[in-house]
Amino acid sequence: MTSGVDSTTQKSTSDSDVLVAVDGLAVHFPIRRGIVLDRTVGHVYAVDGVDLDIRRGETYGLVGESGCGKSTLGRAMLRLVEPTGGRVVFDGVDLSTLRGESLRRMRRRMQMVFQDPLSSLDPRQSVESILVEGLRAHGLDQGRETTGRRLRELLTSVGLPTTALRKYPHEFSGGQRQRIGIARALTVEPDLVVADEPVSALDVSVQAQVINLLADLQRELGLTYLVIAHDLAVVRHISDRVGVMYLGGIVEEAGSNELYAQPLHPYTRALLSAVPVPDPLLEDRRERILLTGDLPSPAAPPSGCRFHTRCPWRQPERCDTERPALREVAGGHRVACHWAEEIRDGRIQPHEVRPELVEEDGLLSPDTALTGPASVTEVLGP
Amino acid sequence: MALLEVSDLTVVFRRRGEAPFTAVDGVSFAVEPGQTVGLVGESGCGKSVTSLAIMGLLPRRGATVMGSVRFEGTELLSLSPRQMRDRRGRDLGMVFQDPLSSLNPVVSIGLQVTEVLERHRGMPRRQAMVEAADLLDKVGIPDPRRRLDEYPHQLSGGMRQRALIAMALACRPRLLIADEPTTALDVTIQAQILALLAELVRDTGTALIMITHDLGVVAGLCDEVNVLYAGRVVERAERHELFRRPRHPYTHGLLASIPRLDAPRGERLVPIQGSVADNIPWDHGCAFAPRCPRALEACVEITPHMGEEGGRLLRCHNPVQENQEVPA
Ligand SMILES: Nc1ncnc2c1ncn2[C@@H]1O[C@H](COP(=O)(O)OP(=O)(O)OP(=O)(O)O)[C@@H](O)[C@H]1O
Ligand SMILES: Nc1ncnc2c1ncn2[C@@H]1O[C@H](COP(=O)(O)OP(=O)(O)OP(=O)(O)O)[C@@H](O)[C@H]1O
Ligand code: SF4
Ligand SMILES: [Mg+2]
Ligand SMILES: [Mg+2]
Repeated sequence: MTSGVDSTTQKSTSDSDVLVAVDGLAVHFPIRRGIVLDRTVGHVYAVDGVDLDIRRGETYGLVGESGCGKSTLGRAMLRLVEPTGGRVVFDGVDLSTLRGESLRRMRRRMQMVFQDPLSSLDPRQSVESILVEGLRAHGLDQGRETTGRRLRELLTSVGLPTTALRKYPHEFSGGQRQRIGIARALTVEPDLVVADEPVSALDVSVQAQVINLLADLQRELGLTYLVIAHDLAVVRHISDRVGVMYLGGIVEEAGSNELYAQPLHPYTRALLSAVPVPDPLLEDRRERILLTGDLPSPAAPPSGCRFHTRCPWRQPERCDTERPALREVAGGHRVACHWAEEIRDGRIQPHEVRPELVEEDGLLSPDTALTGPASVTEVLGP
Repeated sequence: MALLEVSDLTVVFRRRGEAPFTAVDGVSFAVEPGQTVGLVGESGCGKSVTSLAIMGLLPRRGATVMGSVRFEGTELLSLSPRQMRDRRGRDLGMVFQDPLSSLNPVVSIGLQVTEVLERHRGMPRRQAMVEAADLLDKVGIPDPRRRLDEYPHQLSGGMRQRALIAMALACRPRLLIADEPTTALDVTIQAQILALLAELVRDTGTALIMITHDLGVVAGLCDEVNVLYAGRVVERAERHELFRRPRHPYTHGLLASIPRLDAPRGERLVPIQGSVADNIPWDHGCAFAPRCPRALEACVEITPHMGEEGGRLLRCHNPVQENQEVPA
């Protein structure tokens, strides 16, 4: 975690360029045991000290493996889950200071698009009522005619026929349903859209339609995006800047071209080298950095650098005792590794790692479903 | 003679009150020992049904399997369920996408592996235990002796998938079918599992059928690739050929529509229009025609047949020409 002094000196952009400033954000979920779940026996450190800025009009991509805390971070930024530490400043306003009506007004400006369009759309509601709901929740329903026109415009802008209004979610294909999800987010004219795995449930041939749509809408409406995805190629394609997460923290952040051209953190290197590319010549020549062992449990993160148990560049000093801060190593390129410069310059070389046992305690199945509200409208609900 | 020869495999599902549904529609391919053959295609194109039909694992009620599946010349489709179970224990192994659902949750990992060894290789319990630990070690499970006593839920997703591979290997199969074995896993774990499979093929000469929707996985692992669309193979080629010059408009479209890690960012993707819901039945033309940018009038009237062109198979009236490169 960087201290307050550090983070201000590291910011190269002026504050007015920044739409969302996240500062030391933490979300620790209590693990409860006992028949009435009254004993807290530990915590899941889902998000553990994240600093990042999202600039107006940019797309910030968040990547990392399952369970590293991407969704929790995205939700905490919108206060769909309550942070246990740190703060989120949205357009100059500290969200933790807002209550009731002022929080509701602020929430209109931040919307979310979910991974699985079918489970996030109420099957009993027509598309029209799904879309109107958001408007109503924010008091933006301006009577039949105006609202009707607005909804038709919206459908056209996401590439659906206006006849879709009277249909139900199950009558659409996955890609079309995701368009409805996007339209729902846009009804209230947000500034920030947090898209959590917006294409990963879609067929390969349909993903590109939705990716292009997101890009078009951003250009037309001047939206700011936080896109969460585990597919590194998708993230590279749509993001201006990318943050890589590992066990609740950001380990590297850079412009997307820079990050992919010169990854500095050992985890980023391993991650990028693991992604298969559809090019046999390249695949034949590629050298993979194969990580051994599994991701440690976020309920018992390793000491020091959280990656040290799997890191091929791990050094005998500092790595297992001192948590590396996310620090600027080159212009706009931040890395949380004690040895980033040495690794970049080839002064230290990767070595073999003996896999360490990771105990699954049965408490934290990686498939644990997210509990909590699924949408902003649900939070505001009647 | 190939190790496995699938010809004209067809699977029709019948459900009461619904029209019969042809999930696999005349699929043919062959696999040689030590060869890795890929089946790629989108959700619902018939990949899993093809593999289940080969393994004899489709429900006997409701599913009609036609065509032929020969393993070293023996017709598997005419074997009795009992003979087929024997085959599965001896020659054919399978690894599924979701390891948790294919492992028995209340039996320890060790017992599940030793059971295979006792039943199919006739090993006494004690020897089977030693061999089981060996197998777990071979698939990269740390501290294998201790893991023998653990239950599936105590292992991580990656470790479960390894345990499943160990079980499949226990009977030393000559053919292994892996159905999306890494789809549920993270990329770094996927890389470990793919490396393990590649090593296995190289070291033991096992033949591998790799089923996936990920063209990247196919590019690195498979010798020959079959692209499936709506239950039929639409293109087959050696992997370098296929990726250098995809000729079927569907293959071509898929490659143009996926963002690539090695391409400069900001370039616009070229999506395939519509979705599989727009397909037309194969007996009325080309199923892909409604989504195809190269469709001709003939495409919605005449079913395209599989033709050979320069060592590759193609099912298309108007394939992409040799000089049209994939848009980078
Ligand atoms: N409401 C909750 N209560 C307890 N633990 C939770 C809760 N929500 C998430 N977690 C845990 O927090 C960690 C981070 O979860 P999160 O969903 O943010 O990860 P993610 O990076 O989005 O993963 P994925 O790629 O699988 O979606 C996980 O270990 C998860 O099990
Ligand atoms: N037991 C069954 N009864 C009826 N229809 C079935 C049955 N099993 C599969 N199908 C149908 O057969 C088609 C092919 O299914 P299959 O599972 O082979 O697809 P797949 O290519 O493996 O897709 P995925 O990538 O989603 O796994 C689908 O339309 C599916 O709904
Ligand atoms: S700080 Fe040490 S353990 Fe962590 S990534 Fe850098 S070299 Fe590896
Ligand atoms: Mg998530
Ligand atoms: Mg399948």
